[in-house]
Amino acid sequence: MHAVCSVRAVENALGIEIPLNAVIMRNLIEAAQYIQDHPVHFYHLHALDWVDIVSALSADPAATSDLAQSISDWPKSSTDYFAAVQAKVKAFVETGQLGPFANAYWGHPAYKLPPEANLMAVAHYLEALDWQRDIIRIHAVLGSKNPHLQTYLVGGMALAVDPNSPAVLNIERISLLTKLFTKGLEFVKQVYIPDLLAVASFYKEWASLGTGHGNYLAYGDFPLGVGDPTTHPELLYLPRGIILNKDLSTVHPVDQSKIAEYVTHSWYEYAGGDGTSLHPWEGETRPKYTGPQPPYKFLNTGEGDKYSWLKSPRYEDQPMEVGPLARMLVAYASPDAPGHASVKEKVDAVLAHLDVGPEALFSTLGRTAARGIETWVIAEAALEWLDQLTANLKTGDLRVHSGELWDPSKWPAQAQGFGMTEAPRGALGHWVQIEDGHIKHYQCVVPSTWNAGPRDGNGQRGPYEAALIGTPVADPEQPLEILRTVHSFDPCMACAAHIVDAEGQEIVSIKIQ
Amino acid sequence: MPNEAGGLRETLAQRGVSRRDFLKFCSAMTAVLALPPRYMPRVVEALETATRPPLLWLEYQDCAGNTESLLRASKPTVAELILDVLSLDYHETVMAPAGHQAEKSLMDTVEAYKGQYLVVVEGSIPTKDGGIYCTIGGHTALDLVQEIGGNAAAIITVGTCAAYGGIPAAAPNPTDAVGVRDVVKGVPIINLPGCPMNVQNLTAVIVHYLTFGAWPATDQLGRPLFAYGSRIHDDCERRAHFDAGQFVEEWGDEGHRKGWCLYKMGCKGPETFHNCPIVRWNDGTSWPVGAGHGCVGCSEPAFWDTMSPFYRRLPSVPGFGVEATADKVGLGIVAGVAGAFALHGVASAVRAKARPLNKTKVEVEEE
Repeated sequence: MHAVCSVRAVENALGIEIPLNAVIMRNLIEAAQYIQDHPVHFYHLHALDWVDIVSALSADPAATSDLAQSISDWPKSSTDYFAAVQAKVKAFVETGQLGPFANAYWGHPAYKLPPEANLMAVAHYLEALDWQRDIIRIHAVLGSKNPHLQTYLVGGMALAVDPNSPAVLNIERISLLTKLFTKGLEFVKQVYIPDLLAVASFYKEWASLGTGHGNYLAYGDFPLGVGDPTTHPELLYLPRGIILNKDLSTVHPVDQSKIAEYVTHSWYEYAGGDGTSLHPWEGETRPKYTGPQPPYKFLNTGEGDKYSWLKSPRYEDQPMEVGPLARMLVAYASPDAPGHASVKEKVDAVLAHLDVGPEALFSTLGRTAARGIETWVIAEAALEWLDQLTANLKTGDLRVHSGELWDPSKWPAQAQGFGMTEAPRGALGHWVQIEDGHIKHYQCVVPSTWNAGPRDGNGQRGPYEAALIGTPVADPEQPLEILRTVHSFDPCMACAAHIVDAEGQEIVSIKIQ
Repeated sequence: MPNEAGGLRETLAQRGVSRRDFLKFCSAMTAVLALPPRYMPRVVEALETATRPPLLWLEYQDCAGNTESLLRASKPTVAELILDVLSLDYHETVMAPAGHQAEKSLMDTVEAYKGQYLVVVEGSIPTKDGGIYCTIGGHTALDLVQEIGGNAAAIITVGTCAAYGGIPAAAPNPTDAVGVRDVVKGVPIINLPGCPMNVQNLTAVIVHYLTFGAWPATDQLGRPLFAYGSRIHDDCERRAHFDAGQFVEEWGDEGHRKGWCLYKMGCKGPETFHNCPIVRWNDGTSWPVGAGHGCVGCSEPAFWDTMSPFYRRLPSVPGFGVEATADKVGLGIVAGVAGAFALHGVASAVRAKARPLNKTKVEVEEE
């Protein structure tokens, strides 16, 4: 995602338009990223906040089979299948080496699923592991390897296309892509979405918890034609926009000049004072660690303290949540966007199934549901984009790169630009300034700084912090409820959150996985 | 090894893995390790009696790219690896507990299996200003890797950052980031550089250890010879085009569409040692040169500084007939490879503790 964002920033700075084949290939790669990454988040990084593996051991496999068949026509749903999964888990538990599942919160009162739903989810946890490995081969076909694709070029893509050549993207490779994208959509529709709905129906109280500020920012992505997507938002399948204070009646336009970052509570310093904010083109990144010397047990997060390595990005001085929920809300509320109809249809279907209104989206559960809905939307659209690629190849257009400005000696002495993308976790922006063919200045404003950044110069909390206020915690020693909300944002990295209760006592420090 | 009862085969049988699938897996492993087929029975035997050693996966200055790579494992799959082959007792990204409970899992294993557990490190270690640029639970990465890594049976670094400092250590290296070998001494360290490492090589190293009770032979940079023993340029499917002087001149030109050599587009294959052309990526689906983009040399130390600009051609890789110049680059390494692949008899391996890993040459012990 950073790769495509960085080439977009340079293309924006130099005014380069990439060929249609490259536009579509970038969309397909990003689509595959969503289709693989969102289910991995749901099943492997978030599900165990809701699913109790130990409870699955007491499930009745026949009842599990009935449950699975009542919600989906996914073929792996027999009694024998679930009995085998249960036996596998039981044998594992009996080895006494619980590995990554040791010391977790099994049996916690906040777990609400019946044993059969837990067993079904555990089976799909294992299935999804195999499935994602296959799906992401799309990245190898289009981008050489995953993780860390090597294919993005300023001006286009490095994968040549020719239906009649053996060594490039040809019909054999397109057939493989068709198979993989189809397999992706099938799993999303038949496993991910039914599981999401089944789990959500037992946790509806989470549709009113974990809201936060209610401000949502989406840069939008997936341009459907040739043109700089950064300056032509009308091309975007998922639209660009801002929703303020949970008001879906108005989608505000995005003006990148209104983005600025604070370091008031971050371990950096600004030449002009730490109370000010700077636009990314003027951004400064000078470390200034003021925390305790390690090893330490407590980190002060008070008024005058810096307490994070993340900066605090703001839009017109307002904190913004980014991510699948922001994208789905902006698309839902933007009738003219190409992706609006598909998003609205699926959001409404999910809300109707759970018998809740749109206000339920502004929540922990809404965040998790939006991620699934988005996967469904993009998995369907990707097959259309693959057809678009095939149709374009049929016209004889084999261009993958615009090479007029490949050589930096042809660049203007000075240029600046910005690139916008939607990473699976949310709005990602890169700002570049170029001088004499070299990078003079570069800043990235990434999704997890929008969501996880500390308080700003005006004392406003970031989205994580705001969303956690009011979260009920049954047992402070086992803060499962906190994990649910933090994980619902899909945090980028191992980072630290510090929750302080009303008396200023730290109740728990949580390492967010 | 902990948990002496029951081998991998028995465990797999309990979980419904057929003997046929198990043998397929052993056969694939034998191939990845470049062992002659006659060694397959030994691989089978060794795995059948192996146990689940505890593994602690430590992440420091990283992007989780190697963790993502772990999820792409197919021989064995990550589920088999976690449920059947190893006991993955700590991995920040995939483990169920968080906070205090996660740290408890870590310390439980460190205390119970001191000197016996395996450690994988992902990400570099910042050393500037007392190590404050990466802390977990109030402890610096430097302290953690020295304490946890220092008491391990062995450490496997995954990715170029953990091996050599990687991107965080690129100029101007603002946090004085280093690789594990720079700060942990006295423990065998296997380096699996790459951005990220190819998980096929990680699973092969683990299976080698479980099969032979010893680590594979390595080059002077700590890289296993089976994975880093030959140059990309020498194994490349486009090599014939290099020798024939057929080069891509512009992206998307006729040569690019015909799959010609990417040397003039900046390919670093002539200076990079890695098995990408052989095992490829994502279950053999493709690899950078195969998908039209040059190698960027990501498995070499300091590649970010020494291999960039990525799209500028290497200065001295003469064409057909004068190959000697380019070959000098890796002569010392290549010379040791041919007869030096470390193959230890199972009997001696069981007796042996992990061998010193800086040895390039290890005698072949045939039984």
